[in-house]
Amino acid sequence: MVYENPDGIRIGLEIHVQLNKLKTKMFCGCSSDYHNSAPNTHTCPVCLGLPGALPVLNRKAVEAAIKVGLALEGEIAEETQFHRKNYFYPDLPKGFQVTQYDYPIVSKGKVVIEGEDGEHVVGITRAHMEEDPGKLVHIGSIEKSKGVLIDYNRSGMPLIETVTEPDMRSPKEARRFLDKFRNILEYLDVFDGNLEGAMRVDANVSVYWGTRVEIKNISSHKGVERALLYEIMRQKNVIRRGGKITQETRHFDEGRGVTLSMRTKEEAEDYRYFREPDLMPMRVSDWVPGIRETLPELPDAKRSRFIEQYGITDMHARSLTSKIMLADFYEGVCAKGADPKTAATWTADVFLGELNYRDLAISSYDGETIGFIHAKDPQVENSFKVSDMVELVKLFSEGKVSDRAAVEVIRSILDGTEEKTPLQIIEEKGLFKAEDDLVTKAVSETIAENAAAVQDYLGGAEKSLNFLVGQVMKKTKGTADAKTARELIIKELKG
Amino acid sequence: MITKEDVEHIGWLARIEISEQETVEYMEKLNSVLEYFGQLDELETEDVPPTYHVAEVFNVFREDVVEESLPQETVLANTENKQDGAFRSPKIG
Ligand SMILES: [Zn+2]
Repeated sequence: MVYENPDGIRIGLEIHVQLNKLKTKMFCGCSSDYHNSAPNTHTCPVCLGLPGALPVLNRKAVEAAIKVGLALEGEIAEETQFHRKNYFYPDLPKGFQVTQYDYPIVSKGKVVIEGEDGEHVVGITRAHMEEDPGKLVHIGSIEKSKGVLIDYNRSGMPLIETVTEPDMRSPKEARRFLDKFRNILEYLDVFDGNLEGAMRVDANVSVYWGTRVEIKNISSHKGVERALLYEIMRQKNVIRRGGKITQETRHFDEGRGVTLSMRTKEEAEDYRYFREPDLMPMRVSDWVPGIRETLPELPDAKRSRFIEQYGITDMHARSLTSKIMLADFYEGVCAKGADPKTAATWTADVFLGELNYRDLAISSYDGETIGFIHAKDPQVENSFKVSDMVELVKLFSEGKVSDRAAVEVIRSILDGTEEKTPLQIIEEKGLFKAEDDLVTKAVSETIAENAAAVQDYLGGAEKSLNFLVGQVMKKTKGTADAKTARELIIKELKG
Repeated sequence: MITKEDVEHIGWLARIEISEQETVEYMEKLNSVLEYFGQLDELETEDVPPTYHVAEVFNVFREDVVEESLPQETVLANTENKQDGAFRSPKIG
């Protein structure tokens, strides 16, 4: 099956990613650990743009950029250098941003995603290094702003901007690309996506192979998908009414879920790029072989290995490798003797599902405990132990708990405030699977007590069977296996 | 050749207000500078790579080691436009 792309949709992305795993900023020794600090406490003459201050490039930032380039299967430039991009905005203390222009460190890469019709290649045009501007907070609402407050703690943070070809054919593909891209960066250990402002995306989109419109500064993957869905609908409506799409920049209003035209400037942008004379050019291509050797196993390779080594399905392998910490957690569970296939089901389907349901994002793994934070409120933390999963998989495999009870255990641990093992929870809540004779007894009682429902069922009302099963579950306090109860009732009534 | 419009554009980019009279004056001065540099066009530079640094220096790096930042009071010492530890700027755009 080949995806025809009936509406001629082309989507390209520009992704700004903070290399927030580095200890210091791009050009000065200020700490990058500023997220919970008072404004302007992580600044110095360099990142405040004071006259006479001189930038010196962080070696680790260059190494990280090369790592990213190699993981994107790109080419690393023989010689690369920085430029000044000149414009006035209060978040930019120097009046220019140090970035790369015609000599980016990475060019011509690619990322394979799960597309509309199977594997789909998204081309990477380039990836370059640049510095982050400071942060602006409007006094009052944006519309009625009386002024802005400027915090330069973020100023000078190392960024990598990655530009893709317009190869994505639906908002879903754009989201899949971003998920995969983020995943790769986390595998490389250069990026923590849970920190505020860690990834910002500009998207450009056109319909019917026409004029492209850019949507600026979207802060979440879900936001990108929603912004694109809205923008595609808007462009199609304009064309249906006989209008024309004009090339413009719009911004996405997350709250209302719409894109809005940004006021066009009276003068065209004119950045007057020129070479940054305070920074020397780089010849770092001889670092490449050494860095290539340090590259970790990347998501696609890990996925293939999981399928082979653990005998699990492609879907489970894909899901388990979608986060490096989850993959490591799963391997930890298998290493401690849990059956890999059962562990895959409980980790990928149930555990991950319960995390998503609670909006919990995986944020740490130390070889024994996997930690999460609430996606919207990082203060809310929780964790789950490898040993807990091992114990639960074992109890389930041995038939000591029903699948319903096992789900209950996972939920209890995720919602609980005290540390308890699965066995403790099962004992406390009486979740051990009922012995078969207990279930049989409950079935007999249920049939005796619910003559009307029995008649309805024998008369052809399938719904009544569900009711009867429910009664058995109630009598056994949920410890019966629902499937067994169902079979027993049918056997009892229909022989 | 630099035109009056070019001078106005450059002034706008630099956020400098330039009077009508200054515009003409700067246009003449800038053109004379360009004319002077124009002498270089007489040289054959087809196969000469551009020189951006007179020193042939490459790869100047620092290690990823944290150094002390400035205290907030020092950072804000030279401005009257401050609020809650931040610089305060007028509304933009
Ligand atoms: Zn600094």
